Amino acid sequence: MWIYEKKLEYPVKIKTCNPKMAKYVITQYGGPDGELGASVRYLSQRFSMPTEEAKSILNDIGTEELAHLEMVGAIVFQLLKGVPPKVLEREGLGAYYADHDHAVYPMSAGGVPFSAAALQSKGDPVADLTENLAAEQKARATYENLINLSDDPDVIDPLRFLREREIVHFQRFGEALRIVEERLGEKKCHFVKKAE
Amino acid sequence: MEMTREKMLMEIMAVDFTLIDLNLYLDTHPYEQKTITHYNNCIQKAKILHENYEQMYGPLTPMSYSKCPWQWIESPWPWEKEAF
Repeated sequence: MWIYEKKLEYPVKIKTCNPKMAKYVITQYGGPDGELGASVRYLSQRFSMPTEEAKSILNDIGTEELAHLEMVGAIVFQLLKGVPPKVLEREGLGAYYADHDHAVYPMSAGGVPFSAAALQSKGDPVADLTENLAAEQKARATYENLINLSDDPDVIDPLRFLREREIVHFQRFGEALRIVEERLGEKKCHFVKKAE
Repeated sequence: MEMTREKMLMEIMAVDFTLIDLNLYLDTHPYEQKTITHYNNCIQKAKILHENYEQMYGPLTPMSYSKCPWQWIESPWPWEKEAF
């Protein structure tokens, strides 16, 4: 289970609203390489992991991704706060406002609602961990695109933090994959699924 | 007064982040005594910081003592820019 802590993992304090940027950043909330997908992916995959290291790393990175989801949500919330509907419309968020007002809704930058179709939980630890390596790289690349689209240091700073975490997670998943492959390769260990 | 709350919270966030990062590292390096010692030292520091903060500014998690009215619902919430 989880207990909420009344703080962000890293501070988000944006002084200037920017609805256009909010529309881009929201992709890391509910887009195909976003934090919601990352969290659900890891927290689902952990159930079928074969080693202590792999179970714990998926559990703990999946948990950290929830903190990242909250940070991205905070960025979007603060970028949109108090912006009048007419300005939202002018900046390309008329459709967003019609459906969601100033709320934070999990969707991609292109407006596609969050979908579990962008993630896998395969039951094969090598397949799952390899997917996660790619997922972390895709998220890193997305953060770099978002940083390129922004000129506000208040927005860039937390995005840089999030980008760096993707790199750390990639490293940890690589180590977990190596451990799993070593363990699966040991002659006395059989992680073969029993026929039922 | 408000600056002190912000400063204390930032200090907590910094040490808690160290713990998050060391936690992940130890998940895949469970036999590194030196890192575990470092982790344990940080836990001790974090505990003191959390206790001090909660005594002065209210709960960081709902799992703490409360005065009346229920302190957990007090603003700011972390996603509001007033929190930092």
